[in-house]
Amino acid sequence: MSNGINHFEEHQFVSGHTACAGCGQSLAARIVADVAGKNVMIANSTGCLEVFSTKAPETSWRVPWIHSLFENSAAVASGVEAALRYLGKIDTVRVIAQGGDGGTADIGLQALSGMLERGHDILYVCYDNEAYMNTGIQRSGLTPLNANTTTSPSGTVWKGNWRKKKPLVEICAAHFIPYAATASVGYIPDLQRKVKKALEIRGPKYIQIHVPCPLGWGHDSSLTLEVAKSAVLCGLYPLVEYENGKLTNTFKVPAPKPVAEYIKPQNRFKHLLKDQTALQDLQEVANKNLEYYGLNKKTE
Amino acid sequence: MRQFIEGSFAVAETVKLCKPGVISAYPITPQTHIVERLADFVANGELKCQFVNVESEHSAASVVLGSSATGVRVFTATSSQGLIYMSEVLFNIAGMRLPVVMVNANRALSAPINIWNDQQDAVSLRDSGWVQIYAENNQDAVDYVLQAYKIAENHKIMLPVMVNMDGFILTHGMETVDMPSGDLVDKFLPSYNAPYKLDVENPMSFGLLGDPSIYTEARYAIQKTFDDLLQVIPNVGKDFESVFGRKGLSLVESYCLDDAKIAIVAMGSVCGTIKDYIDQERAKGKQIGLLKVVSFRPFPKEAIAKALQNVGKVLVLDKSISLGSEGPLYTEVKSLFANKKPKVSGFVAGLGGRDITLQTIKEMVDISKKTQERCQFLSLKPELLKEEFYV
Repeated sequence: MSNGINHFEEHQFVSGHTACAGCGQSLAARIVADVAGKNVMIANSTGCLEVFSTKAPETSWRVPWIHSLFENSAAVASGVEAALRYLGKIDTVRVIAQGGDGGTADIGLQALSGMLERGHDILYVCYDNEAYMNTGIQRSGLTPLNANTTTSPSGTVWKGNWRKKKPLVEICAAHFIPYAATASVGYIPDLQRKVKKALEIRGPKYIQIHVPCPLGWGHDSSLTLEVAKSAVLCGLYPLVEYENGKLTNTFKVPAPKPVAEYIKPQNRFKHLLKDQTALQDLQEVANKNLEYYGLNKKTE
Repeated sequence: MRQFIEGSFAVAETVKLCKPGVISAYPITPQTHIVERLADFVANGELKCQFVNVESEHSAASVVLGSSATGVRVFTATSSQGLIYMSEVLFNIAGMRLPVVMVNANRALSAPINIWNDQQDAVSLRDSGWVQIYAENNQDAVDYVLQAYKIAENHKIMLPVMVNMDGFILTHGMETVDMPSGDLVDKFLPSYNAPYKLDVENPMSFGLLGDPSIYTEARYAIQKTFDDLLQVIPNVGKDFESVFGRKGLSLVESYCLDDAKIAIVAMGSVCGTIKDYIDQERAKGKQIGLLKVVSFRPFPKEAIAKALQNVGKVLVLDKSISLGSEGPLYTEVKSLFANKKPKVSGFVAGLGGRDITLQTIKEMVDISKKTQERCQFLSLKPELLKEEFYV
């Protein structure tokens, strides 16, 4: 490492993997793994993170790690947790399940809900890059309104993705689990705090991390963190915390920036710059978030 | 100790003695009595085990996958739609070389929806990498479960085993079963010692991406292990016999085959009915016998070829159909005698729970005296075909 740090001693998720330059997910995954430390077992859904970190015979993971299928990481983690309980190790080893937005909000939602309902002592982490990036940028249930993807292209009839994001953190919180939160790779200390907090709580936890994808979103790979911050600052990606089903904390955005500023460096929204109605529809999503969560209020 | 007991309860008692650390299952008829009884054991402290009630069979299979990868002995049970809903995970469990043991209560597949017995569910998963063994009666089911763990957890094998017992006929049938004692089970089946597992002291990654440079070898390794199973299964059977004093697993079982001119080949509970038919015919001096295929995967080609080499005619009875082809067991048995005797005929019967009676077996034998059939359905109803299905 150029900074002189012994890389392999510092991190639980190490370099040598094949993620794209500027990948928000790989950075977030490293932060999660580092906060978790050595005493953790990770069950990973099929997706970019799995593919770029574990091409046989190599692995980037220095903690026990298992990948089975696309939609079952919450169930596989449930099995790992049950085994640790049986072995009497549940107090010393944490369990994390993780996947992308498609693997979590769409195909894996049933397994996730089952895991939350059964009360397993597991932290589920969703790396939300807002489309099926591993298969070539198809829309998922967490793709934002009017975003251009390969299955929701903007054309003469379509304006891009025709639905707003599925309110997944609320769906998880509605299971009355001890902790459900959103975070952003643009706000690393906040992300670290939330992962640490979640891992200190027993029972099911859910954290959804906004992770820009330069390839899928069509922004310069040097802009990942700025784009992530910009999503929070315009109100499109509210950073919130729920405890036992109640909203307990929000990241304030006292002077929200216009959505137009957020979308400007991203090709997936390029068509909105020529379509004021479609842009306004997306601005409305941000406005509703600001109002619903009280993000721009000075005091609670 | 001999006990008059329902098949499902006999299996549950046996699983209890195998001391799995994690059980996960989802309800489906006719598997339910097995897991309900196991839940009772856990609820009353008779079995120290994590019992994970999941939201689907897909997750039941995924939970036992995760627990097995953590180095713990596991059990699941399912049937029919549940089995094929699991199928994605089942291929995965085999590919990841995890020694999961399941009991499948054989049942027909929808549509039409049908809760009764045939073997379409398991046979459809013949390519999944699971060892498949088929019980004739509840004694078999009990004994096969015990031996399944010993086979699966053998470090040279490390593959999952599916014990098949015909739905309702066995799962809900009462029979006298010589129930194993805990002492003998402990003697026969040591606790599971995983050769690899998720462990913070020795971190490993499981379920890696295998690109074209490695995938073929991963599959070949499983195929080679199935070759090894042709030795390991009978050896486990011998171990079983030395501990329990009754016959253990073999790949196939012969009944009255030594001088037989006609041999019937079948799997599962129908073998009992066929034996009754043979007894009747033998009393009349007819030279007829049975080859019971116990292990469908691995498919014991040599054992079957040897057992049938001196027979004049072979009649294969399938309780499933590879639509567009023929009975799957028939296809495989026939392939052993491509250009040589005996002549092999294929019959399909007992689908969706239609009884296979002595009369059905007689019908099959009578037809085979006249012609060599490839895919002859037995006991069809011509009027119904015409009226409802325009055939």
